[in-house]
Amino acid sequence: MSEIKQTFNSSLGKKLIMALTGLFLCTFIIVHLGGNLFLFKDDQGYGFNVYANFLTHFPPIEVIAYLLYLAIIVHAFYALILTLSNKKSRPVAYASQSKSPASWSSKNMGLLGSILLLFIVIHMGDFWYKYKFTDTVGFKEYRTNVLTNQRTVADFKPVDPTFEHSVTTVNDEEIVRVKDLHAKVATTFSCWWYVLIYVIAMVSLSFHLVHGFQSAFQTLGWTHRKYTPVVKFIGTWFFAVIIPLGFALMPVVYFFQSISK
Amino acid sequence: MNLTLKVWRQKDANSSGKMVSYKAENISPDMSFLEMLDVVNESLIHKGDEPIHFDHDCREGICGMCSLYINGRPHGPKRAITTCQLHMRSFHDGETITIEPWRAAAFPVIKDLAVDRSAFDRIQQAGGYVSVNTGGVPDANIIPIPKVIADEAFNSATCIGCGACVAACKNASAMLFVSAKVSQLGMLPQGQPERWSRVQSMVAQMDEEGFGNCTNTGACEAECPKEITLTNISRMNNDFFSAKLFREEKVHDHSGGGE
Ligand code: SF4
Ligand code: FES
Repeated sequence: MSEIKQTFNSSLGKKLIMALTGLFLCTFIIVHLGGNLFLFKDDQGYGFNVYANFLTHFPPIEVIAYLLYLAIIVHAFYALILTLSNKKSRPVAYASQSKSPASWSSKNMGLLGSILLLFIVIHMGDFWYKYKFTDTVGFKEYRTNVLTNQRTVADFKPVDPTFEHSVTTVNDEEIVRVKDLHAKVATTFSCWWYVLIYVIAMVSLSFHLVHGFQSAFQTLGWTHRKYTPVVKFIGTWFFAVIIPLGFALMPVVYFFQSISK
Repeated sequence: MNLTLKVWRQKDANSSGKMVSYKAENISPDMSFLEMLDVVNESLIHKGDEPIHFDHDCREGICGMCSLYINGRPHGPKRAITTCQLHMRSFHDGETITIEPWRAAAFPVIKDLAVDRSAFDRIQQAGGYVSVNTGGVPDANIIPIPKVIADEAFNSATCIGCGACVAACKNASAMLFVSAKVSQLGMLPQGQPERWSRVQSMVAQMDEEGFGNCTNTGACEAECPKEITLTNISRMNNDFFSAKLFREEKVHDHSGGGE
């Protein structure tokens, strides 16, 4: 036991934790982006609301969700410990500004990470918290005709305050009643400075991952003449361009939809 | 050339230091940086001042004794050379040059620009060796080693232990140095018996000396006068995790030896 403790208390052990939690969070954002693509579907929020309901009511996903919150906390906590220890390693600062070539993002991971942590708190407070623990999110009722696939939407007011969701079939119609997170998203993203916060956060995410993804592989010791260029390519184009761009497009598109209405 | 120098002056490890400005006049562009400091020191001695204390030995880029953080870069503005190999033609007339010692908790200042790098020696003593049998001299080249492996090990072995990697690193991490010392032996057949204990002991000693934690910025690799690469760090990490998490041999106890 003490052997394991000693491993994770060493400098490399702490870096291992950073790398593993970081990579876990990288896989999460792929799933998160994939699911949220429902926001771009023109179905009056049906797909997105059903998906949000699934995420919050399917037990295995809930377990993974709590692992995810743990990973965020551990990643941030170890970053803090490592940063403090690094500060202690150079008690007297240089008088001249360092001119050693190193990428901007690699030197500002702490700043970028702090922005992201703040963003995660705002973001979860907006949606996750309100969805799960308050009644500020309304309900929608979707009636889909099973034969013609025609769908009508209406607001729905549950009588029972503990009502969460229901799926019933009456005659040819499937009636789905779910929390309308989609409306919440639309109103949130109609405010310009909110959109700005999201865009800034996604720029930070991009810079954080352009260094972070390949850095995790380096820390784990997974470098190879053949595969490291592939890792760097994925880190740059997929994690630092496509993913943040996809996320940032959501508030931007919803904002422009709200002003064109 | 005429230059202005801003130099860190500090009486000893226990006093606090400050930056002091000096004029360096009639400097030939063909002088090395250390020769320029020699000229300045001569004039200081003539004036009855204390000369500027700085480390040097071979003055040909092989011993790793010279240091100096010059204008924000260890070993000055040029790539892949030591301060003793730096020439004044790399600066322009009238320039102000800031000269500081390596800054790291594990490298305390002895005086002025000279720092105590014995932390590196202690890391080496913790595991940077191989066991050799006594007896008859073995034949040379009796153990076949692929050329690429030998080359890589020799590349790692070119580390001169100057400490520029620590000085350049924003975290004052010594991982480039330690990884070079771990790699140069760990890659060769002769280094295998101690491979898993070596990496653990050397990393433990590195942590104990109070060096920082690598964040893979790559500043060390860019500033290393011997162009030791980040691949070494990756290799060290791999061996370390392998030793700690997957190997079954008991870690050797090194606490009795060395010191
Ligand atoms: S790795 Fe390079 S910079 Fe670091 S001590 Fe060795 S030679 Fe000097
Ligand atoms: S004095 Fe020996 S390397 Fe510079």
